[in-house]
Amino acid sequence: MSTRTHPTSEAPPSTAPRGGLAAPRPAAPGHGRLRARAVLAAVAKYASLVVACLCALTPLVTILFAAFKTNAEYRRTGPLQPPADWLHLDNFVTAFQQGGMLRGFVNTGVILLVALAGTIVIGSMTAYAVDRFDFRGRSLVLGAFLVATLVPGVTTQVATFQVVTGLGLFNTRWSAIVLFMGTDIVSIYIFLQFMRSIPRSLDEAAMIDGADRLSIFVRIVFPLLRPAVATVVIIKGIAIYNEFYLPYLYMPARELGVISTSLFRFTGPFGARWEVIAAGTILVIVPTLVAFLLLQRHIYSGLTSGATK
Amino acid sequence: MTALGSTAAAATTPHAPAGPRPRGGGLRGWWGTPWLFLAAPLALLVTFTYVPVTTMVWYSFTSWDGLDATKEPVGLDNYATVLTDREVFGVFLVSLHYLAGALVQMALALYLATVLSFRTRFRNLFKGIVFFPYLVNGVAIGLVFLYFFRPGGTLDALLALAGVGDPPHWLGDPGLVNHSLAATSVWRYLGLNFVLFLGAIQSIPEELYEAAGLDGAGAWQKFRYIIAPGIRPIIGLTFILSISGALSVFEIPYIMTGGANGSSTFVIETVDAAFTFGQVGLASAMAVVLLVVVMVITWVQRRLFSGEGSDLS
Repeated sequence: MSTRTHPTSEAPPSTAPRGGLAAPRPAAPGHGRLRARAVLAAVAKYASLVVACLCALTPLVTILFAAFKTNAEYRRTGPLQPPADWLHLDNFVTAFQQGGMLRGFVNTGVILLVALAGTIVIGSMTAYAVDRFDFRGRSLVLGAFLVATLVPGVTTQVATFQVVTGLGLFNTRWSAIVLFMGTDIVSIYIFLQFMRSIPRSLDEAAMIDGADRLSIFVRIVFPLLRPAVATVVIIKGIAIYNEFYLPYLYMPARELGVISTSLFRFTGPFGARWEVIAAGTILVIVPTLVAFLLLQRHIYSGLTSGATK
Repeated sequence: MTALGSTAAAATTPHAPAGPRPRGGGLRGWWGTPWLFLAAPLALLVTFTYVPVTTMVWYSFTSWDGLDATKEPVGLDNYATVLTDREVFGVFLVSLHYLAGALVQMALALYLATVLSFRTRFRNLFKGIVFFPYLVNGVAIGLVFLYFFRPGGTLDALLALAGVGDPPHWLGDPGLVNHSLAATSVWRYLGLNFVLFLGAIQSIPEELYEAAGLDGAGAWQKFRYIIAPGIRPIIGLTFILSISGALSVFEIPYIMTGGANGSSTFVIETVDAAFTFGQVGLASAMAVVLLVVVMVITWVQRRLFSGEGSDLS
C-alpha cells in the first residue's frame, strides 16, 4: 500500500505532511531546548503508537503461538513462549476435520454468495425506484426504510423467530440468507447515495431511444453502480462472514454450521484443548487478514460510508 | 435530509404543474412501474422488520410461551415485571461498564487519530494494526480473549513478567468480569472509532493548519480550535451510538461467559427469556422497552446533529 490513504471519499486525496504536533521543526542553532522538546514529543508519540500496536497484537500473537504447539508442549510452556516447530500443523487438521471447519467454510461461502447477490439486486432496485421515479407513496416508502434502520436486530429476533419458523425456513440456509437480504438497510443507502451521482440525462436519452425502464436499469444504471456494488460487497461480506447470532439461532443443525457457529461449538468437545481451539480461531482469522491486506483502502472507505450512513 | 426532503416533498404533489423537473417527455410512464421494482424489497422489509415488530408488541401483552396455540392477554404485567424486577432491571447497570469502556475507547481513538493525522513514519502500518481487530469474527475474538484472560493465560503470564504473582480471576470474579468484558469490547471497536475520527480529521482543509501555523498556534491550539470543532459531528454521532451500543451489548459476553458471574446483559436476558425459558411474552416486553429506548436515543441524536456529517439522517 502506498502511504497515501484517505479513508473517506470526500477527503482530499493527499495526506501530505502537516506541520505540527511531533514533526520536528527546523530549529536555528542555539534553539537547543526547543529541539530537545521536539525530540521528546516524537519519542512519546512513537512510544504510544508502539504500545497501542502491542495491545492490539499481543492477544492475537499468543493464540497464534498456541495453535502451533503440540498438546504436551502446550501444557509445558507458557503462553508467551513461541512454538518449537512452526510447521506443526496437526491442530489445524484436527480443527478442520473433527471441528467441522470445512463444513463451516462451505456453508458460510454459500450463504455469503447468495445473500450478497440478493442484497445487491434488492438494494439497487430499491434505490432505482426511489431515486428515479416520482410516485404517490414515495416518501412513505422512504420513511419505512429509514425507520427500519432504528430497529436493533438482536432483540426483535424474539418475534422474527416466529416469522421464520412460520415460513418453514428454520434450520435451512435460507433463514440466514433472507434475513441478511431483507434486513439490510445500509446497502440501500449506499446505492441510493451513489445513484444520485448518476445523471438522469442518461436515463432520459435511453428512454427517447425507446428503452423500457427495466432495460435502462439493467443495461445503463446498474453497470454504472459498480463502485457502490464493490462497497456493499465489502462491508456486507465482512458482516456476513462475522455474523454469529442469526445462524446460531436459526440453523442449529450441526451440518448447517457456519464458521462462527462451528468455532463456537469448539468450546464443548475441545474444552481444555486450547491448542486446537487456537488453530480453529486462526483459521477463521486468516481469510479476514488476507482480505484486509488486499482491500485495505476499499475497506476503510467502505466502512466509513457504511458506519455513518 | 435536505436532498431527500426536497424530492420527497415534490412526490407528495405529483400532479403539480410546476414540479422541480419538467414532467413531460420521457419520464412519464405507467404508475405501477416503480412498485414492480419495489415489490421484492418491500416484501422483505415488511416480512422481516415490520411484521416482527408488530407481533412483538402484541406478544408483549400476553403470557405466551412460544408454543401454545392460545395467547393469554395479561395487560401490562410483563412491562411491570421488566420495570420492577430487580434482576431484570439490574442488568442495565452492567451496561454502564460498557458505556464507560466506550468513553475510554473514544478518548483513545481520538488521541491515536490526532497523532496519526500528522506526519508519521509507518503510519499505514500503525493504522492497519490498530484497525484490524474490528474486522475479526466475534466468536474468534471471544475465544482469543478467553485464552487471554484464563488463569495462566496471556494476561497472567504478562503480569508474572511484571512481578505480579497472584493475579485475580479475570472472568470468574463477579467484581471483575464486566471490566474484562468491557475491555475486550474496547479492543474490538477501537479501530472503527479511530478510522472514523481519522477520516474526519483528514477532511479538514489543509489551509486551516497553515493559517494557524502562521498565526503562531501550537499543536494543542491547533487541536483545540481546528481539529476539535471539525470532528464534533462525528464525535457526537459516535457518542450516541455508544449509548445504544452499551445498552444492546450481546455478542462478547454471550460468547465468552454466557452471562455467568453477573455479566448478563439486557439482550442476553431477553434472548434467554425467549428461547431458554419460553417466556416469549416477557421477552417481547423487554425487547419493546429496549427498542423504545434505542429509538428515543437515535431520535435525539438526529435532532441534535441533523445536517452534520450525514445527509440521510
